[in-house]
Amino acid sequence: MSGRYSRSGRVRPQSGGFELAVWYLMRLSGLGLFVLVLSHYLILHVLYDPAAQTASWIAEVRWSSLFWRAFDWLMLMLILFHAFMGMRVVISDHTRGGLRTFLLASNYALAALLFVIGTLVVMTLRTVVPAG
Amino acid sequence: MILRYRGGEGMLAWLFHRISGVAIWAFVILHVIDIFLVGAAPDVYDSLLFIYATPPGIILEWLLGAAVLYHALNGLRIIVMDFWPPLTRFHRQLWYLNWILFGLIGVPVTWVILGQFVRSLERL
Repeated sequence: MSGRYSRSGRVRPQSGGFELAVWYLMRLSGLGLFVLVLSHYLILHVLYDPAAQTASWIAEVRWSSLFWRAFDWLMLMLILFHAFMGMRVVISDHTRGGLRTFLLASNYALAALLFVIGTLVVMTLRTVVPAG
Repeated sequence: MILRYRGGEGMLAWLFHRISGVAIWAFVILHVIDIFLVGAAPDVYDSLLFIYATPPGIILEWLLGAAVLYHALNGLRIIVMDFWPPLTRFHRQLWYLNWILFGLIGVPVTWVILGQFVRSLERL
């Protein structure tokens, strides 16, 4: 019993295939997000004051290096998978029928929209080097 | 619907994981849109930035940090039990360990965010 039963996590799907792949990827993305999100919060909410993070600060300081753009984009990719596949479980647990279909479709459409606008801004925001 | 799960620490661990997960999901939607504005409409972004720096904004920032930290620690606990099933016997002790780590990390972070909160009151 204990091998197949886990407290608060989803039980490992026995069917294999897509569901098992999602189960592993949720855990793998979770490990990645443990590092990326906690360090993102530590840097941008603890070491720096968010009140001072204007659009020009992001363009000139935060995203002036390729490393931090890649860091934030990788975090975005893992979050979009982890959060929206997590919401898929929540929606499937608490709704049924036409409402479930509608919410699942909206969930995936929203993930696709955030993928596009998030990737767009992290790839195209111009770094303005301040004069002097 | 929520209470159909068996009770005790395991149920609370699951419930908090789900609530914090949905809360973080909602913030991520807001946050991707606001960062999109940095590129698409920086003036609009700058004019809305003050909302995050108001006293209620700072409290929400603090709660976001708590949700992220709980979800991260409990997520590790889930992974540990999934890949080392014998440890599932100690799920309660692992959950208490989560709260010890939550407190050890949370107290200094709270101290810093309290400073932001005081400054947000001075700006009023």
